[in-house]
Amino acid sequence: MTNIPFVEIKEVAKRWNGQLGVEGINLKIPEGSFTALLGPSGCGKSTTLRLLAGLELPDEGKVYIDGKDVTTSAASDRNLSMVFQSYALFPHLSVAENVVFGLKVRRVPKKERQEKLRRALDITGLIGFEYRKPGELSGGQRQRVALARAIVAGQRLCLMDEPLSNLDAKLRNSVRKDIKKLQRDLGITVVYVTHDQTEAMSMADTVVLMKDGHIQQVGPPEDLYNKPNNTFVAEFVGSPPMALISADGLAGFTEGQKLGIRAENIQIALKGEGRLTCTITESEFLGSETLIGLDHKHATGLCILKSGMALMPEGETIDITFTDDHLHVFDAAGNRMAAQA
Amino acid sequence: MSAHVNLERRRQAIYGWLLLLPALLLLSIFAFYPTMATLWSSLFSRGTRRNPVEYIGTGNYSELFADPTFWIVVKNNLLYAGVTIPVSIGIALAMALWANGKIRARSFVRTAYFTPTVLPMIAAANLWLFFYTPGLGVLDQIGSVFGLPSVNWLGQPETALWAIIIVTIWKEAGFFMIFYLAALQTIPEDLKEAADIEGTSRWTYTRRIVLPLLMPTTLFIAVNALINSVKLIDHLFILTKGGPSDASKLLLYYIWEMAFAFFDSPQAAAMTILVIGVLAIVAAVQFLYLDKRTHYQ
Repeated sequence: MTNIPFVEIKEVAKRWNGQLGVEGINLKIPEGSFTALLGPSGCGKSTTLRLLAGLELPDEGKVYIDGKDVTTSAASDRNLSMVFQSYALFPHLSVAENVVFGLKVRRVPKKERQEKLRRALDITGLIGFEYRKPGELSGGQRQRVALARAIVAGQRLCLMDEPLSNLDAKLRNSVRKDIKKLQRDLGITVVYVTHDQTEAMSMADTVVLMKDGHIQQVGPPEDLYNKPNNTFVAEFVGSPPMALISADGLAGFTEGQKLGIRAENIQIALKGEGRLTCTITESEFLGSETLIGLDHKHATGLCILKSGMALMPEGETIDITFTDDHLHVFDAAGNRMAAQA
Repeated sequence: MSAHVNLERRRQAIYGWLLLLPALLLLSIFAFYPTMATLWSSLFSRGTRRNPVEYIGTGNYSELFADPTFWIVVKNNLLYAGVTIPVSIGIALAMALWANGKIRARSFVRTAYFTPTVLPMIAAANLWLFFYTPGLGVLDQIGSVFGLPSVNWLGQPETALWAIIIVTIWKEAGFFMIFYLAALQTIPEDLKEAADIEGTSRWTYTRRIVLPLLMPTTLFIAVNALINSVKLIDHLFILTKGGPSDASKLLLYYIWEMAFAFFDSPQAAAMTILVIGVLAIVAAVQFLYLDKRTHYQ
């Protein structure tokens, strides 16, 4: 990886009829990396991707791909491929015709086209399906056709817009691994939009968490998990997400501060010896562990994990404890305070 | 097989027939029976006071084939269908592609294109009568500005049929455009985006993606246009009455003339049967052959 980013987005903003789409987007994506744009629906992650693809043009800012200013270039001049959420397969064309459509448009000679098709179908495990129409394929197979179409041209940048959201949970897991492997093997740069944090955290080298058209945090998955920039990141990332306790509930903190704590860092204490006394609201058996939801008037999202099957009666009160080392301190505005943790 | 399965099957059969019944009844009364009755009466001679009705087999048909006017009418109708069907479909498609694009005053354009369709046939014919009238008509008025001589568009054999053809195209294109517009709305936006990323030109996208996806609509419209091309009669009443010297006479008008002006209903019946036969064959070819090459979503 070089110092010059392969893809760079500088101060990009896009608004629709005065309404905010995205604003102040700054991103540097190195070549060969896997970047996930993560956020709740309506946060502007898809808009950012479309701006990068050239399907939308920004109102402000610049977009660079491979050192070239492509801010106003047409989508086709940006040398990238894209996988759409709906796959956008041409329903009247067979798998093979779908995959080579772009090559045909670009007038790639027939022999080369056949070779590339063969290779793309081989990589995506679609050999034998060449003459099927998309309507005759399962959801997972269609998804692979979309992938094959994206990689057949050998573009170095591939954009993916929630490519797994139409698959069932089990398939999603395996395709997730396939995509990651594909990206590594081909050495392409992938920008991947998702609202599913598990997807983002497990696949990406860099996660970009967005909210209301602004980037909240950019970093490797472990940074977002272990050092959330603000309370939004803390409450979005992780399953279960971080619990927040207001400073009123704990001694030794300034008024207005919020303290974050993850479930795995909370222990049950003996009666009268814990730092907080909470009521049990629910017990959820997850297989290898049991999630116990807790209620406390100064906290939100408190819960603890107990290994194995360990249901606890609802309504009972328990004491919990944790060390200050595991606390994440946020100021009154919700931003992370330095030095702590 | 146990009793309740049999009972269930019988109940399903009764449901099936009950659901089928209304359409079957209506079609039988208003389509199948009249067709059969027409076929029957085309096999008998025309009854007069002196010659009672008698069975003459294909006599009416051979008489028809010997009738020079019939062949003129057939030729007229073939020309009429051969021009109006492709041209009105082509114009409808072009208008739909345009009215579906991101243009200003889109709804105005759509309404304007659709207006001819909502006009009653007779009103539309009168409108065009005014356009075509020699001397007074709009066409002649415009022509006279450029010093062109007055033309009696409807009154001369060379132009009469073409004048009718233009009215039909004007009326049908807007109607067909609505079907194309509806079909265009069902093509997802992201197909265009996927094609854009590959660098597909507008023309290639239209030819390789849009037109194939519109094929079911085109097929439907083509069958409709074909039926319309032998159904036209009201315009002829107003504009030319089939004249001059049969130059603009079409099949249905001739059938009407035969039955209600010459009072030769067996002849008219024979002609009707021929039309039904030809239409059935063409429709079957369209559906059986083109259907295989059409992608349905």
